[in-house]
Amino acid sequence: MIELKNISKTFAGTQILHDINFTFETGKVNLIIGQSGSGKSVLTKCIVGLHEPDKGGSVLYDDRDFTAMKRRKRKAIRKEIGMLFQHSALFDSLTVEENVGFPLVMFTKMSEEEIADRVNFCLKRVELENKNNLFPSEISGGMQKRVAIARAIAMKPKYLFCDEPNSGLDPKTSIVIDNLIKDITYEYGMTTVVITHDMNSVIEIGDNIMFIFEGKKWWEGDNKSIIRTDNEEINNFVYASEFMKTLKDKLGG
Amino acid sequence: MMLYATFSKPDKLSVFWRRVATECVNIGISSLMIVMIISLFIGISVTTQVGELLSAPWIPDYTLGYTLRQMSILEFSPTIISLILAGKVGSNIAGEIGTMRVTEQIDALDIMGVNSQNYLILPKIIASMFTLPLLVIYSMVACIYGGYFICELTGLRSTEVYVDGIREYFYDEAFTVYWALLKPVIFGFIIASISAYYGYFTKGGALDVGKSGTKSVVTSSLLILAFDVIISSMMF
Repeated sequence: MIELKNISKTFAGTQILHDINFTFETGKVNLIIGQSGSGKSVLTKCIVGLHEPDKGGSVLYDDRDFTAMKRRKRKAIRKEIGMLFQHSALFDSLTVEENVGFPLVMFTKMSEEEIADRVNFCLKRVELENKNNLFPSEISGGMQKRVAIARAIAMKPKYLFCDEPNSGLDPKTSIVIDNLIKDITYEYGMTTVVITHDMNSVIEIGDNIMFIFEGKKWWEGDNKSIIRTDNEEINNFVYASEFMKTLKDKLGG
Repeated sequence: MMLYATFSKPDKLSVFWRRVATECVNIGISSLMIVMIISLFIGISVTTQVGELLSAPWIPDYTLGYTLRQMSILEFSPTIISLILAGKVGSNIAGEIGTMRVTEQIDALDIMGVNSQNYLILPKIIASMFTLPLLVIYSMVACIYGGYFICELTGLRSTEVYVDGIREYFYDEAFTVYWALLKPVIFGFIIASISAYYGYFTKGGALDVGKSGTKSVVTSSLLILAFDVIISSMMF
């Protein structure tokens, strides 16, 4: 469980986030949704410690106050975090196998054989066997995302963050990635946080959703309640496309 | 702040030393050919021009070899080669780290709990400080051999006289070699740390990575020249 308490963030006098409180639940796919520029990525960076929230705000990982911790103590929590970046952020100079094994090499005392076994297990889990020796530039965008997921789960994390996992992917591959995120969340009982503005993902995997609008938490609920809400900003977001509007009309509002 | 994080204890020593070895290859061995070619041609060019200038009957013949040796040891090999490497190695370091920054690879390292500054920058600084003096030694040798070849080919001076000039007063002035090898150690630190700084703090996209490369080359070149003056004034 990750709790956000009074998270605000100001850059050069401009307040980006306004007093956000929310709980990301364990064993569920938690979604942060909102329009581009609404503050989703800044909030995520505050949660994982890449940005410090303004004074008074705190992030609690299973009751451990991450924001109050010093660098060394944070390191212990960071080892429990896996992250899938928007553009995968695989290390260009390392092969698929080395990318997945990187955190294991850095932070465990596993033997080479044990690391190879774990890497192969993770790659098999994301259905990418026999790609071990390819470099990131030699595989497709969808494969890169799957390698990034394999790297994120290599250390058996308790918390998984996915920053726009479907960006730049075709609809079919997006569904594969969504299902993979959902499956590994339930399988490993992780606290998964997905940042997205893809409505398919919201409907498919959103167990617990926070909608951010102009840096404020505007709405919270799940994938069933989001399509029935009468909140105007939510409806403007969810039914922005003609397809979704038509679908809503056919379903009778 | 950055230097504190850079010079802290590595997360895993075996990985760290492997990275130092890789960087020695990237920075040192990959620069060897260009250093050798430039030094050889400078040796040829300087010998040809200075040989003509020193052709007066009252100037001893060995002066040509002596001049080339002193030019190579005192200034060309340690300083000019370092300036060339500031362009080649510096832009490479700033580009590599800057690209990692804008593609979120550094964020990925940070989130994993890896000290990204130590992991990325320190191996480059150590490799740079270790390989630059070696490249300077190769440069000195290539420069002097350049002069030898042109004497052999054109008969500008006999090779025996040229070699005599290279040996002239060498033991009396051997301290210049030590200073010449101290310079690239300092210049190596400047090149790697300045370039890594600009790369690490790149903000934006591909255009900004290019700008970081340019800034790193300009700044490290100016610092190399400034430290060259300081070290040279300390030498004599």
